[in-house]
Amino acid sequence: MRRQQSLAAERRRKTVMSVVLAVICVIYVLPVLTVVLNSFKLNTFVKTETFAIPTKESWAGLGNFIKGMTFGNYPFWKSVLYSVVITVASTALILIFTSMAAWYIARVNSVFCKIVYYLCVFSMVVPFQMVMFTLSKTADTLHLNTPWTIPVVYLGFGAGLSIFMFVGFVKSIPLEIEESASIDGCGPLRTYFSIVFPMLKPTMISVGILEIMWVWNDYLLPVLVLDINKYRTIPIHIQYLKGSYGTVDLGATMALILLSIIPVIVFYLICQKHIIKGVAAGAVKG
Amino acid sequence: MKRNPLQQFWKNPTRRWFWLFLGPVVAAFIIGFVWPFAQGIWLSLCKFKTISNATFIGFGNYAKALSDPSFTHAFWYTALFAIVSLVLINVLAFAVAYALTQGIKGSNLFRTVFFMPNLIGGIVLGYIWSMIFDGFLSMYGTSILMKTEYGFWGLIILMLWQQIGYMMIIYIAGLQAVPEDMMEAAKIDGAGKWTTLFKVTIPNVMPSITICTFLSLTNGFKLFDQNMALTAGQPFIIQADGTVIKTTEMLALNIYNTFYGSNSASQGVAQAKAVLFFILVAGLGLAQLAYTRKREVQQ
Repeated sequence: MRRQQSLAAERRRKTVMSVVLAVICVIYVLPVLTVVLNSFKLNTFVKTETFAIPTKESWAGLGNFIKGMTFGNYPFWKSVLYSVVITVASTALILIFTSMAAWYIARVNSVFCKIVYYLCVFSMVVPFQMVMFTLSKTADTLHLNTPWTIPVVYLGFGAGLSIFMFVGFVKSIPLEIEESASIDGCGPLRTYFSIVFPMLKPTMISVGILEIMWVWNDYLLPVLVLDINKYRTIPIHIQYLKGSYGTVDLGATMALILLSIIPVIVFYLICQKHIIKGVAAGAVKG
Repeated sequence: MKRNPLQQFWKNPTRRWFWLFLGPVVAAFIIGFVWPFAQGIWLSLCKFKTISNATFIGFGNYAKALSDPSFTHAFWYTALFAIVSLVLINVLAFAVAYALTQGIKGSNLFRTVFFMPNLIGGIVLGYIWSMIFDGFLSMYGTSILMKTEYGFWGLIILMLWQQIGYMMIIYIAGLQAVPEDMMEAAKIDGAGKWTTLFKVTIPNVMPSITICTFLSLTNGFKLFDQNMALTAGQPFIIQADGTVIKTTEMLALNIYNTFYGSNSASQGVAQAKAVLFFILVAGLGLAQLAYTRKREVQQ
């Protein structure tokens, strides 16, 4: 009897918790929902009726989206294009080169390797503001200020975390596999690409996710390095909607914000498992 | 690492591969970090308009930075923000993680939703929330830009929305690693729910607590995008001597404004501020890490 009672109490407690969490969940989604609502409203109604469902009066249809395309004196599709180019190229560059370097560091382990490794670990605690001025000047002098060359800057500034994660993983791979490969006559290059590289896949995904999230959302580095009259990324585009002269069209701004978060949410829903795992792995960097 | 046959075997051949394996990263790392970092330290001791005509002046920039009222204000504002957000984020994230590991229905869906805001970038977050706060505050004829308190709590709410899900993931991983037999032993010994939580669960998830407090503290101090997009330092107070205090401006934004503001002669001071900022962030992180590590349970 007692046991049955406590089981019933337990079940009731769980139901209450489920309901509470469900309510919080709804509150959590509200901000995004507000963006959706307001992206279909005429500008003047965004401020006065922020939380109302669009009425006949305030309904803007797709007007905000059409207007948003050329809003801010810069075409939105170009910002999207540059964001994609920079994110893909930087992530690819980081994944290939830092994993190779990490393997070399973990296996050769000379004094120079140790210096590089500890400098990388050190770079993880340095805030961007420390280097932003000198870094943007250096990038300018070396002509790294275009979407096609800025990945080099990302590789340099972002090397720390990925080297750290890759080295940690490579050290956990038993040496015997590589040894037998080298006995069978594989050179370092072949050993790396046909033996080690495939084994690094889980870490590749984690690091890749972290880098994609960082580069895609990064504002300060590209705004300081790129010539923003020619090249913008999505965050820069959104920030400069406010900066462009005249009043801000909030409806159009919300339309662009919606367009920029839809791909992110879709990407998240598709690779949710990897993203959560990657983030948890990256957090252990401390 | 121990000496191993491979190291011997490959010593020379691998050395030759140095340029291929390590070269690109080292080159980019020097361009993207080492050189700017060293140059940044050097410039903080110089007076300069452009980098090429910098002249050494010693610690003058540091003296100016420390006597700048906007910098000290930003420091205290940031410190308060970091502490309040650290406490709130961690308590709430732990509570949510704890609830989600009790085997209730819909846990996966809840987890998915709570983590989602984390993927949205700081600038976009700032504009989403500035619309929401202004939509709400305009009913009372005011705006988030009108009062320092609004800006402060607005940014706290924004950060809670963004960060709880992230910390929750780390806490869930920690909670799932607590040994089952330990919980059972506590139960058999007659420990209540709360006793078990404080005497068994929390000491066992101390590594996760270390990571999360470390992350939320440094995140709080380094916050930039959200701060700029939400209030950009508004409201401003103009002091009697003509200096402007941006009341919701945090350290990173203060440094940015000193670099790229209207006064181009202040770049040396800005670089000195940046060095102080670096020492603060790195020092805080390390001190905090050392402190919490001591309290972890030895397994």
